[in-house]
Amino acid sequence: MAIEKGKLIDMYRTMVRIRVFEEKIAEDFAAGEIPGFVHLSAGQEANAAGMCANLRPDDIITSNHRGHGHIIAKAGNQYSLAPMVAELYGKKTGVNKGKAGSQHLSDLDIGVLVAEGIQGTALTLAGGAALAAKLKGTDQVVVGFIGDGTLNTGRFHEGMNMASAWKLPLICYCENNIWAESTNIYDVTNLTKLTDRAAAFNVPGVSVDGNDVMAVYEVAAEAVARARRGDGPTFIEGRTCRRFGHFQGDAHLYRSQEEKDECMKRDPIPRFRKKLIEMKVLTDKEADKIHQEVKAEMDKAVKFALESPFPDPEEVLTDVFAQGGKK
Amino acid sequence: MREITYLQAITEAVDEEMARDPTVFLMGEDIRQWGAPLGEFKGLFEKYGGERVRDTAISETAMIGAAAGAAAMGMRPIVHIMFSEFLAVCMSDIRNVLTKTRYMTGAKTKFPATIMSYSGAGVSAAGEHSTCPYGLMMTIPGLKIVAPATPYDAKGLIKSAIREDNPVQVLYHIKLIFDRLTGEVPEKEYTIPIGKADIKREGNDVTVVAIGLMLHRALAAADKLKEKGISVEVVDPRSLAPIDKQTIIGSVKKTGRLVIMDEEPKTESASSEIAAIVAEEAFDLLDAPIKRVCAPDTPIPFSPTLEKAWMPDEEDLIKAITEIT
Repeated sequence: MAIEKGKLIDMYRTMVRIRVFEEKIAEDFAAGEIPGFVHLSAGQEANAAGMCANLRPDDIITSNHRGHGHIIAKAGNQYSLAPMVAELYGKKTGVNKGKAGSQHLSDLDIGVLVAEGIQGTALTLAGGAALAAKLKGTDQVVVGFIGDGTLNTGRFHEGMNMASAWKLPLICYCENNIWAESTNIYDVTNLTKLTDRAAAFNVPGVSVDGNDVMAVYEVAAEAVARARRGDGPTFIEGRTCRRFGHFQGDAHLYRSQEEKDECMKRDPIPRFRKKLIEMKVLTDKEADKIHQEVKAEMDKAVKFALESPFPDPEEVLTDVFAQGGKK
Repeated sequence: MREITYLQAITEAVDEEMARDPTVFLMGEDIRQWGAPLGEFKGLFEKYGGERVRDTAISETAMIGAAAGAAAMGMRPIVHIMFSEFLAVCMSDIRNVLTKTRYMTGAKTKFPATIMSYSGAGVSAAGEHSTCPYGLMMTIPGLKIVAPATPYDAKGLIKSAIREDNPVQVLYHIKLIFDRLTGEVPEKEYTIPIGKADIKREGNDVTVVAIGLMLHRALAAADKLKEKGISVEVVDPRSLAPIDKQTIIGSVKKTGRLVIMDEEPKTESASSEIAAIVAEEAFDLLDAPIKRVCAPDTPIPFSPTLEKAWMPDEEDLIKAITEIT
């Protein structure tokens, strides 16, 4: 599949935006600037970028605890990072007014319905959004991003079965970084191929190198086309790895040095950059410029967050209920 | 005025709302063949078809997830979670997702979803099919709850629930369906606002707040006490969240005495909250201690004699009232 030049550059910029965002957040979290916990997706950027590059603005995704990358990718490169950073800092100007934080960062205005910390609900909610698309007769597609650990929840089984039985326009995108927190997926699952699970639901299951954005893009394009024409869900496994621990501050001592080294070597960003230069889509200089621009953008976003006020205490009581109803 | 059954009132409410609003759809187990096991939705599959009246697998967690996802995207799902005990099966999806997400997104989403379940003992359905989860559901911020006890209230409250822009749990009582309770329901369209109690019987000596099936036992007890010269005011909260504090406190202001009758194990039941509200906000109005007539803190037994002993009844209520009047 020939991916057009503009799309390739966009995906590269998206991946750089995710990496720069995550590395800066890691630094600021370690410095005690960010409350709570953060789960970083550095190393997994190609999954979000390759998948979301196939989506329209009106398509929907649901995300999980490791969700920053999904949102940045779905939003597109024009969407400001500032309200996202402000949300992580717990500020009034945050995209969710300081009520979500890192784990629940979402914005339905750009098609990110929710980010769920209870595993599997990203998938069941995505199913509901896909059902709405079907009932309304739109051709929207919905992607539920889950991790490998979610494969063993009841929600995965129920959600996949429902999506398949009802032929919903859903893609279940499973980022397999092999670690469910500190537990190796293959220690608690008697499977060698995670895509075998898809067969149980009579859903196509495709495994792809999740650190190769062009490969992800191609697999995702096919799944989106299938969903869009009403042929039902697809299960995609993106084989990937995380550069940080489960949460920032986790020393991930449960991983061997070899595995961590291997993960660093599999870095999807230099790999894609090399490819783009070989393909003459970008020059070294142009690629460097993207990095510099994104760094400047992130610095500006952090400055915005730092200068923003915290929410007023009265805000505790707002947003529980929507006012009004169907007249 | 015409009289219809409690069951017919439930069906009519859903039917009318599906007819007036194409975004309303229904999903649940056994909807297609039976219109749900008690027949609440009988005829709706034939009338509206399989897209809007959807049979589900036994997948309560996916059903709530699907309702939440569809609601956020502009639909008005009604999801039937059959027996109230099954709410515990999908409690995380109700408690952590459906009712919290609007808040956690900073109001970027809303969830106009209705969950309908039947509650209650009295039909020997044993320990896993008999609970009234009033108190349990009242602990969930972001959820509205209605528990209608008459055909009129059932129809009006279910219609309001479906039109509401927030998640609403409808808890109707299984025994009122089994007993074929009938009541006056106008032909003309009406709704009942959520959060408004109804004084089902006026009186001067004691206020009895009674929920669901217990309302009917309280009304029967009030008849008997009248013969003894005790005038009982019976308040039906109808909605448990938000609860109509004003009407309850207003009644206590008149009578100075409060008994709460609730078909739940006593600890952390709806009665606990109602008692706390009155103790906290209207202590000076009380001439006697608040009494609660509830079930014991045990699972619900099967055998009819055991179940009868477990459920609060008229005699229990009369005894409690007599102790404080």
